[in-house]
Amino acid sequence: MAQTFHVPAPQEITGPALAGKTDTMVLNMGPHHPSTHGVLRLVLELDGETVLNVAPDIGFLHTGIEKTMESKTYQKAVVLTDRMDYLAPLSNNLCYALAIEKLMQVEVPERAQVVRVMLTELQRVSSHLVWLATHALDLAAMSVFLYAFREREQILDLFEMVSGARMMTSYFRVGGLAYPLPADFLPTAAACIESLGPRIDEYEDLLTNNPLWLERTVDVGVIDAEAAVAYGLSGANLRASGVNYDVRTMTPYSGYETYTFDVPLGRNGDTFDRYQVRMAEMRESLKIARQAWQRLGELGPGPIMTDDRKVAPPPKEEITHSMESLIHHFKLWTEGYKPPRGDVYVSVESPRGALGCYLVSDGSPKPWRVHFRAPSFVNLQGLAHMARGRLVADLIALTASLDPVLGEVDR
Amino acid sequence: MDLLILVIQCFVITLAVTGGFAYLTLFERRVLARLQNRVGPNRAGPNGFLQPIADAVKLFFKEDIVPSRADKWVYLVAPAMAVIPALIIWAVIPFGCLNINWDYAACFNQSGAGLHNILQIADIDVGVLYLLAITSIGVYGITLAGWASNSKYSMLGSIRSSAQLISYELALGCAVLSVVMTYGTFSTRLIVLQQGGLWGVVPQILGFSLFLVASTAEVVRAPFDLVEAEQELAGGYTTEYGSMKFALFFMAEYIKLIAVSAIAVTFFFGGWRFPGLETLGRGMTELAGPVVGALVMGIVSLAAFLLKVLFFLFLSVWVRASWPRMRYDRLMTFGWKWLLPLGLLNIVYTAVVFVLVPGQAVASVVLCGVGLITMGVAAGLSRSARPAGIVKAARVSGD
Repeated sequence: MAQTFHVPAPQEITGPALAGKTDTMVLNMGPHHPSTHGVLRLVLELDGETVLNVAPDIGFLHTGIEKTMESKTYQKAVVLTDRMDYLAPLSNNLCYALAIEKLMQVEVPERAQVVRVMLTELQRVSSHLVWLATHALDLAAMSVFLYAFREREQILDLFEMVSGARMMTSYFRVGGLAYPLPADFLPTAAACIESLGPRIDEYEDLLTNNPLWLERTVDVGVIDAEAAVAYGLSGANLRASGVNYDVRTMTPYSGYETYTFDVPLGRNGDTFDRYQVRMAEMRESLKIARQAWQRLGELGPGPIMTDDRKVAPPPKEEITHSMESLIHHFKLWTEGYKPPRGDVYVSVESPRGALGCYLVSDGSPKPWRVHFRAPSFVNLQGLAHMARGRLVADLIALTASLDPVLGEVDR
Repeated sequence: MDLLILVIQCFVITLAVTGGFAYLTLFERRVLARLQNRVGPNRAGPNGFLQPIADAVKLFFKEDIVPSRADKWVYLVAPAMAVIPALIIWAVIPFGCLNINWDYAACFNQSGAGLHNILQIADIDVGVLYLLAITSIGVYGITLAGWASNSKYSMLGSIRSSAQLISYELALGCAVLSVVMTYGTFSTRLIVLQQGGLWGVVPQILGFSLFLVASTAEVVRAPFDLVEAEQELAGGYTTEYGSMKFALFFMAEYIKLIAVSAIAVTFFFGGWRFPGLETLGRGMTELAGPVVGALVMGIVSLAAFLLKVLFFLFLSVWVRASWPRMRYDRLMTFGWKWLLPLGLLNIVYTAVVFVLVPGQAVASVVLCGVGLITMGVAAGLSRSARPAGIVKAARVSGD
């Protein structure tokens, strides 16, 4: 029987008009609208320009990543994780790799851990730069957009250096890293990290003290701590409301407990606080990256992949004169590895919030079920709560400040 | 003969203004690009010099679509209603003084006897009123376009434009009125003529500031461009327009931008005058005869005028590159609660100071001081408390 898809009409989504208002207008914003950050459809019920209700309608970027993973071996699904939150592929790689490592109890070498921390922190900066760029552009401060992309370019250059790809990196693998760091990575990274701090100061000059920027962000889209927790917000959106929850400090992974950094918290939970928190987070991320950089120098050369031959392929020279290694290699590339039966949940702090990976293994080389707790998806739930009673222009500002990535929302 | 000259004048100025519009788009794109760490259009011709032509050709060849549910006739007439006022504003603006009776000195003659200035189409007694009237007509094109498109985004845009116009028209009128009070005339020629010594910006520093803000809102430029607000209304009133009809709106907006820059120069920055112009005219006349003298005078005054206008255009591009857009309700609060009272206050200042203080120069300086103080006080009053910073949950490393 042919399956038909029902596309809901605007009225079905927003429900009946609020009491006493009969002359409201339903406006379809998106999925092709310049400020919905991808293919998000917002169905608005307007009274003049006042937003009475918002209903986000998602699914326009559905890629079936979770379902596809069920038919791939664990190793092959790494590339799929890149494509969920395309602004933070390394965080997704990390979350997925950590889940399998936890399930199989694989030890990751120290050096790989440090590189992971450093790159995910740089990833956070690059992702926040895109957020800043688009947020500013949505409020028509268009120069910031181009400046932020200029800085992001440097970070993407670093990713290209280590993985060969600027965005779809797939660099973190189960057990460690895909490739060793190139020789000139450390000096280039140092130059990049040092140049970013002053740039962030420049953006603050342009925006933080600008009365027009304050007018557009202060007290816009307020969500208090209680509501933020109730809606399940996470990441900067939650911390802007003053809730001290950061996965890196609550349930540290990859050795985050050994780094020194602050968790910036907002007070009011408005758009301006979300802005301030993310700006401060960029500085904190640079601080962590700097510490990781130092550690890399102190550690010196070393393995970047676990020596567990059930997970990581043996090096080439070993294969040529060890029968057992050849068998391992053959098994890994033909069949993949088989985690034990069971399920596992791992959460990391992605730039967008608490990114979780729930993985169920039936003992075969392919996962029985993979589910990602996508922070963008959950954060989007708070949108209606924040937007009701505000103007259309505010809705634009606060959608940008929630920083959703539609690839992650729909997966 | 006079009629022929008038027709040629109108023709040339219309062409010059539309040409100016075309190159203003290039200027804006190149300057914006430079401010934003980009290159900008530089492929069509040297330095992108042919880019406006390429743009125009592209727009000409686009399919001309009328939305099926649009109010067809209003939809078709609206672009013309937007562009015609933008063009006829130019009739009373003096660009310079090229006296074709070949007597440079007549340019500086109060009565205007013997003046046959071909760089101003019409020197009418109510030039200032004409300017105010025509600039306000322009909004009809925008409002009707938004309404006739029968699209929700367009309608929101046209509602915004009407609200914006009402909020800013009064402040603009107040600013212009104080200029009229300062110089005691409605004629643009005489206003320019009286700015031989001090430019209008000195006595009317407050008036100039109000004019700058209100006129930016009037021509819907950043940060008051919320009528089209790409990021909010996906283009506002132009959402449903394409092809040449869109180009006409675009043209109207930019020509109006040049026009208000020209008006600002005329009212506050001496129009085509600058110190030493008269000496130059006299010197050239003595040196090379009256024809050369008048010609040099005409060319130099035109160049001075254009340079001043260019400064304002640059300012507008600069603002667009750096500032976020204002919000609809804040814009109206700003217009009604700040600009209008300040405008009325400025009229009172102008009246009182010119009555009480003897001598134009002294009065001008006094007025300048009073204006600056008022602006300082207003800035202090409107300053909102800086929002609280963030707190940092300190966390020390475990090792």
